[in-house]
Amino acid sequence: MNLKLIADVSKSLLLARWKQTLVAAIGVTFGITMFITLLSFMSGLNDMLDGLILNRTPHIRLYNEIQASEQQPVDLYPAYKNHHNFVRSLKPKDELLQIHNSAPIIEALKKDSRVLGVAPKITAQVFYNVGSIDLTGVINGIDVEEENRLYFFSTYVTSGNYIDLKNTPNSIVLGKGAAEKMMAAIGDVIQVTTSKGERFQLKVVGYFQSGISDIDKVQSYANLNTTQKLLGESTGYITDIQVKLYDILQAPKMAKELHNKFNIEAIDIQTANSQFETGSSVRTLISYAVGVTLLIVAGFGIYNILNMMIYEKMDSIAILKATGFSGNDVNKIFITIALSIGIFGGALGLLFGFGLSALIDQIPFNTASLPTVKTYPINYNPRFYMIGGVFSLVTTYMAGYFPSRKASKIDPVVIIRGK
Amino acid sequence: MSNIILEAKKITKFFHDPLTVQVLKEISFSINRSEFVSVIGKSGCGKSTLLYILSTMDTDYEGELYIDGVAMRNRKEAELAKVRNEKIGFVFQFHYLLNEFSVLKNVMLPGLKLGKYSDKEVEHRAMEKLKILGIDNEALKNPNQLSGGQKQRVAIARALINDPLIIMGDEPTGNLDKKNSEIVFNIFQELASAYHQSLLIVTHDNEFAAKTKRIIEMEDGNIIRM
Repeated sequence: MNLKLIADVSKSLLLARWKQTLVAAIGVTFGITMFITLLSFMSGLNDMLDGLILNRTPHIRLYNEIQASEQQPVDLYPAYKNHHNFVRSLKPKDELLQIHNSAPIIEALKKDSRVLGVAPKITAQVFYNVGSIDLTGVINGIDVEEENRLYFFSTYVTSGNYIDLKNTPNSIVLGKGAAEKMMAAIGDVIQVTTSKGERFQLKVVGYFQSGISDIDKVQSYANLNTTQKLLGESTGYITDIQVKLYDILQAPKMAKELHNKFNIEAIDIQTANSQFETGSSVRTLISYAVGVTLLIVAGFGIYNILNMMIYEKMDSIAILKATGFSGNDVNKIFITIALSIGIFGGALGLLFGFGLSALIDQIPFNTASLPTVKTYPINYNPRFYMIGGVFSLVTTYMAGYFPSRKASKIDPVVIIRGK
Repeated sequence: MSNIILEAKKITKFFHDPLTVQVLKEISFSINRSEFVSVIGKSGCGKSTLLYILSTMDTDYEGELYIDGVAMRNRKEAELAKVRNEKIGFVFQFHYLLNEFSVLKNVMLPGLKLGKYSDKEVEHRAMEKLKILGIDNEALKNPNQLSGGQKQRVAIARALINDPLIIMGDEPTGNLDKKNSEIVFNIFQELASAYHQSLLIVTHDNEFAAKTKRIIEMEDGNIIRM
C-alpha cells in the first residue's frame, strides 16, 4: 500500500539534498567500481599465472618410473615367503619407459565419463647438432590435435602454424631458445642425434615459446610418428598418457584409482603443483577483503548522511506522523532513500567497474616470458558483478537500517511541543 | 447515530521527569458534532498536554478516550496513525509545511496517505480547500515563498483535506499578528457555521476564545468551566 506515495516522499527528500545524496552515491560507486576492477584484474592475473602451468599440465599423468621391482624373486619363493629378506645392491629391472598396453588403457580412459580427453605423449632425449657442437634437448612426441584441444598447444607456437607439425612428415617445432642457439629459421632442416646414436633430419615448421625460458632452450615438439621413428620404436610406443578431467578436484582420487587399475605410476596435478592453488586463493582473498572494506566505508558515509538528514527533517517527520503516517511508513521512506542511493550508486559502480576493467584490458603488457599475453589480463566473470550488486544493496540497507529506525521512533509530540 | 464525536473519561497524566507531577486530574468531557470549542487556561495548566492526548499522539495516560465511539486505548501505533489520518485535522502554532513540496502537494499528502480517492481527485479536492481559504493562487508555489498568515491557511487546508471528524488546533494564531489572527479565526468560524466542522482549539488568547460557542477553562490539570 501507498508505495507510490512513499517513493514520492523519498524522492523529494533525496532531491532536496541532492549534493549530499550525490556524495553518498559516489561513495558507493567508487566502492563498487574498485571492487569490480580489483577482482577482475586480480582474478585475470591469477588465471593467467595458473594457466601458465595448470593449462599445460595434465590433471593426471600416467607413466613408468625406472625403479626396482617392489617384489623381488626371493619374496615370491614359497620357502622364504614369511621371512624378512634383505637384498643388497638392487638394480632396476631392464624395463623400458614404454607403457605396456597403452592402446587399451587410452581406450578405457576415453570411455570414462569423468575424462575430458586423453593425449598420449613420448619423451625422447636427443642432441641438437649445431656444427660440431651437440646441445642436449628433449623432443616431445605429441598427438597434435589432442594436444591442442586439451592443452592449447597452438597458443604457444608463436611462429609458424602448429598444424604443419601433423601434416609435414619429419617436422619439428623448436623451442624458441633452442632455435636461437641453432640459428634455425622456419623451413630450415636441422639434425638431431638420438640417445642410441642415430642421426635424423627434421624440418623446422614453427617456434614454441612456453614463457619459461629454461624450458624453451631444451624442449621441442614433434608428432607421435616422427618421434617413434626417431627412437626406432613401433607405433604402439608411448611413454606418457596425459589425462584431462572435467573436474580437476577429482584428480587425486582418480590418480590413485588408475595406479591400482593399470599398475603404472599416476601423479595428479594437485600433488605436482600444490603451490599454485595456495597462491591464487590467498590473492583472491586479499582482493575480496579490500573490496569489501571499500564498500563498508561507503556504507558509513551513507549512515552519516542519513543521520544528518533525519536531524534536519525532524519537523517534517513529526508532521508526517501527526497527519497519519505511521512509524512503519517513515521507516520505509528512509530505507527507500538508502536503497535508492545503493541502487543508483551500485549500478553506476558496476558500469564504471566494467569500464575501468575494459580500460586496463587495453593497457599493453609485454613480457618476454608470456608471449601470448599482449595486455593486462582481466577476468570478466559475471559473478563479481553479482556479488558487487548484491553487496552494494546489503551495505546500503544496513547503513539505512539504524537511521530509519530512529526516524520511525521520533515522537511527534516532543518535536511539536518543543517549538 | 450519536452526536458525541469525542469523549474523554477520567483522563489522568503524570510527567515523571525530573519529578513526578500530575498534570491532568481525571478530566472528563465530550464534544458534539459541529461544535466549536476553545480550551483556555494559563500556561502550564495542562491544556496542550490534554490536546495531544486527545489527538492520539500521546499514548502515555490513564483513563479512557473515545473518538467516534471507538476506544483509543491500547491501540497499535499504526492504527492510531490511521485514526489521525482519517478523523483528525491538525493546525499547530507553527505551520509545519514541508519545503520539499509545493503548497498543493503539502495539502495533498494526508489525502494521498489515506488513499480513499485517486491522485487526481485528491488534487482536485486540495484545490477546492485552498479556494475556500482564498489561497488557490499560491498552489504551485513553495511554502517558503508565502507569508506567515498564508502558510497557516495552507496548514488549515491540509487539516481539511480528508474531511476530518474534528480539527484540533494548538495555539493556531500564536505566531500571527492581529490581522492574520482575525483571518484565521474567521476561517474557523466559517468552517463551523457553513460546513458544520467540529473544532477544538487550544489558545491563551481570551479574545479569540470569547468568540467561540463553547469555552473549556482549565487550571492546574482540572476543568473549572465548560
